[in-house]
Amino acid sequence: MSNRLAALLLLGLPLAGCMTAPASLDLSLSKPTVHQKYVVDMHPQTEVIAINRLHAWEIRVTSPEGAPVLQAHIDIDGGMPQHGHGLPTKPMVTQELGDGRYLLEGMKFSMTGWWEIRLKVETDQRGADVVTFNKVIALTKSDRT
Amino acid sequence: MKRTPAALGIALTALCTLVFESAQGSPNFGQGGGGWNAEELAVLTSLRIRELPAAPRDLSNAFQDSAAAAALGKLLFFDTRFSRNQAVSCASCHDPGRQFQDGRAVGVGLGVGSRRSMPIVGAGFSPWLFWDGRKDSVWSQALGPLEDPVEHGGNRLQYARLMQMYYRQTYQEIFGPLPEFSHLPEDAGPRGSTAEKEAWLALDEAARDGISRVFANMGKAIAAYEKTLSFNPSRLDLYINEVLNGKRDVHSVFTPQEVRGLRLFIGKGQCVSCHNGPLLTDQQFHNTGVPPRDPDSPDQGRASALSKVRDDEFNCAGRFSDAKLGQCEELRFLVAQDGHTVGAFKTPGLRDVALRPPYMHAGQFASLDAVVLHYVNAPHAAVGHSELTHLHKSPDKTKGETEARRPIDLSPAEQQDLVAFLQTLSTN
Repeated sequence: MSNRLAALLLLGLPLAGCMTAPASLDLSLSKPTVHQKYVVDMHPQTEVIAINRLHAWEIRVTSPEGAPVLQAHIDIDGGMPQHGHGLPTKPMVTQELGDGRYLLEGMKFSMTGWWEIRLKVETDQRGADVVTFNKVIALTKSDRT
Repeated sequence: MKRTPAALGIALTALCTLVFESAQGSPNFGQGGGGWNAEELAVLTSLRIRELPAAPRDLSNAFQDSAAAAALGKLLFFDTRFSRNQAVSCASCHDPGRQFQDGRAVGVGLGVGSRRSMPIVGAGFSPWLFWDGRKDSVWSQALGPLEDPVEHGGNRLQYARLMQMYYRQTYQEIFGPLPEFSHLPEDAGPRGSTAEKEAWLALDEAARDGISRVFANMGKAIAAYEKTLSFNPSRLDLYINEVLNGKRDVHSVFTPQEVRGLRLFIGKGQCVSCHNGPLLTDQQFHNTGVPPRDPDSPDQGRASALSKVRDDEFNCAGRFSDAKLGQCEELRFLVAQDGHTVGAFKTPGLRDVALRPPYMHAGQFASLDAVVLHYVNAPHAAVGHSELTHLHKSPDKTKGETEARRPIDLSPAEQQDLVAFLQTLSTN
């Protein structure tokens, strides 16, 4: 492969994704839940998300005022709205890391394009609320399978 | 989420323009042969066989890289003594002369199966084996047919005895001592006839464990052999190489029709969504509304496999696995039973696809023309819900404009182009 193309791929540009993902999609990975009970931030713990590779994310839950939310129960669901299929795995929060942070393991994306990640957050104090994040997965140099 | 198509079009153009502009810092942008743009070149690159790394390590098989185990596995693969009638081997349905499959709609061993025999080259790249994913490693997969009454139809103790009789020394050099079977009955196994099952239950646990371990090691040897198999470059690989090298005369490799077909494959045909990467599969499970072989009893696909793989004594977390605690991540994060798994089958890899009709999980379609037409027609699924969108489907009012999948709208000429392209995936 030419260096030019390699460089382009390494940028992680939404190459294949740009054909289908809505351009005005809210790609923010930090937002309040639907009923404003929590503010949720989530980010992958890997620099590049390669197709079909298991990886972990970190989720941080705070109150609308910014206080860390402890002992939350978090369920994860998701899929590709344009393809009608769900996530290829069942990711789970496996560890509470303190300061409102949670380790999410078992994430995997099996193709490029627009994925939804839906979280349901619940605590005894504040009850349950939901939030949906959008993530566009692009081809990267490390996509091999 | 409501947007007008015009607004969406502008938005999409804006996003794509962003990609192009980012690329224009490079002097030779878009100058590959064949008139492909940077986005398309990136997709083409991702399909090349040379992008395929070594197969992921199967931590449940400590013998996967053993040359001795692979040599033994090869012998076992072709040995018809490992069957009830001494006439069926792995190679009976996975014929190396036919891309390790049999050309039949459904497998035929001792009896007639219900699904198509799958080719095995590259199987180690998939976390889930079989059309429904009911096995989580190649070695565990290899054990299934040996005990299936309509495939090899033998039993576990019979196989352990055969190992002792014909492969004792080789086995012991690789796996260590074989247990003593002389005091045991001739036949016993958990999936055999009623008498064989009763004989199996009458054995003490240590005997059962010893026999099962020999059986598991047979699978590990066969998996080591299968790991030595690989794909040769196809005409598509040759074409992509020429394109990326900037060759002007790429039509010496592909005809104009094949180029059009490739453009459809990675474009409006949407094939590359699931048939991605060098093996042309996402290794996942999808319901695309393929008509069931038996309409009275439609195959549930992956929905019927989740509990099987979770409870399988030969899975990654089982006592015959070589994986350590915490190393069975795929199994740990296995999807839960939901609507998406019903009627879903594994995306088959497309390398050499033109050489192995009939197609789909039970050979429902005799030709690639019929396969492509199926995706254009996009019928409703007999069980579960098809992920495809019917061309004339009324809009789903519960979804926004951008959320519905586009129909695969191909004219008859375009369908022919796509079929012509699929012929280029065969070994050059």
